[in-house]
Formats: sequence, structure tokens, C-alpha cells
Amino acid sequence: MEMVLFFIFAGVAVVGALGVVLARQSDHSALFLLLNFVALAAIYVTLNAPFLAAVQVIVYAGAIVVMFLFVVMMLNVAQRERPETKPVQRYVGLVLGVLLLIGLIFVGGSNPQLPPALTRSDNVVNIGEALFAEYLLPFELVGLLLLIGVVGAVVLGKRKLEE
Amino acid sequence: MISSAFYLILSAILFTIGVVGVLTRRNAVVILMCIELMLNSVNLTFVAFSRYLSSMTGQVFVLMTVAVAATEVAVGLGLVIALYRQKQTADIDDVNILRW
Repeated sequence: MEMVLFFIFAGVAVVGALGVVLARQSDHSALFLLLNFVALAAIYVTLNAPFLAAVQVIVYAGAIVVMFLFVVMMLNVAQRERPETKPVQRYVGLVLGVLLLIGLIFVGGSNPQLPPALTRSDNVVNIGEALFAEYLLPFELVGLLLLIGVVGAVVLGKRKLEE
Repeated sequence: MISSAFYLILSAILFTIGVVGVLTRRNAVVILMCIELMLNSVNLTFVAFSRYLSSMTGQVFVLMTVAVAATEVAVGLGLVIALYRQKQTADIDDVNILRW
């Protein structure tokens, strides 16, 4: 059962990822990205991480994809992009990608097979304890980083004041 | 319970697709999307190891990564918009003022 679910959602995730790269128009890319995020959220559920699945759907599918779509619609890049990437760039990118994939699968496959761990049911409680006790300082720093990011995005996005 | 290698290989495939996208696409917005693909594949590795090692650390790392990814997209899209205001393009091949 778990195997079947894994292969279904893994297939959907790979299709979504391929769609992002191959889609001609960037709004289609954004929607394929959404498909990929939702499939990964489903895989998180099968991995006994329901809280992260919810975060994945809310933050990635809800916020980030909407932000991408917003910018794509605003810039209307879809019509402006030239139809083809340069052939040289495409072949070199593909060859480098295949080499990387071989390397990564070699490393992942040589990993010692881990025994199945005991599953703990109260996922949210465990994350909360880890986040607010052991990792409190990184948590606060991430909050600071988000604040800096917001200020930076506003500064970059606003129009120049009239001189 | 299936072997951890399946998750690692799926993660490797997704990461590679993201890398190929960054190398071959020219639209800056699509390149940012491919960076998100790569971040997500690493998140999958973290969650899989968190499950197999029965440790919460991986899931906490994923939460941090999600926050960093959201910040990165906000700043990156801000840059794309600023670029569009300057040069009326989102095609990175048209942006070569630092190339000699």
C-alpha cells in the first residue's frame, strides 16, 4: 500500500517538475510547480509528517505559487520570451544534468539501508518541543531573516521617489 | 515500510530536473521556480531521514528551509520587478552589464 502510494505521488511530482522546465509559458510553469508541491505534501503525509505537509500546502502552494503567478501576470512575460532556448545551452545543460543524476544516485544508493524506525504519533507535539526548546535561537533568527526579507522586497519593489 | 533509497532517488531526480532548468531556461521567473524545485527535493531528503532515524531534527530543518525559501522568492521576485522596470525584460540573456 505504501509502495503504491509512493509511486503514484513520486510520478506526479516528477511530471510536475518536468512540466516546470519544459512548459513554454511561464504561467504554465507556475501551475506545474503547484502540482509538484502538492505531490510532495502527499509524500510527507506517507512519511508520517502531517504538520510539514500542511505547511507545504499553505506556504508553498498557497503563498509562493500565488506570488509567482502574480509576478508572471504583472510582467506579462509569457508573450515576451523568445520561443527557443539556445541549442548549445540545452545540450550542455542536459549532459551536466545526467552526470549529476548519476552521481547523486550513486551516493544515495551506496547509503546503508536504514532499518524502519518506530513511528511516533504526536507529530506536532514533537516538532513544537524540538523547535521551541532545542532550536529556539535558530527559530528566532529565521524570524529576523523573514523581517529583513520583507523590508528588502519592499525596497526593491517600490518605485523611485520623484527627485 | 519501503526502503529509504526510494526517497533518495526521487529526491535526486527532482534536484537534477531543477538544475537542468536553471541551466537551460532564460526567463528569470522560471529560474526562480527551478530553484524552488531544488529546495523542495532537499526538503524531501530531510523528511525521509527524519522518519528513518526517528528524529525531529530533520523536520525542524525543513521548517527553516521553508522560511528561507519564502524570503528568497520575495527578494528574488522583487529583483525581477526592479530589473523589468530598468530594462523591460525578464530574460537573463539580455542582462549582461557585468560581463566583459
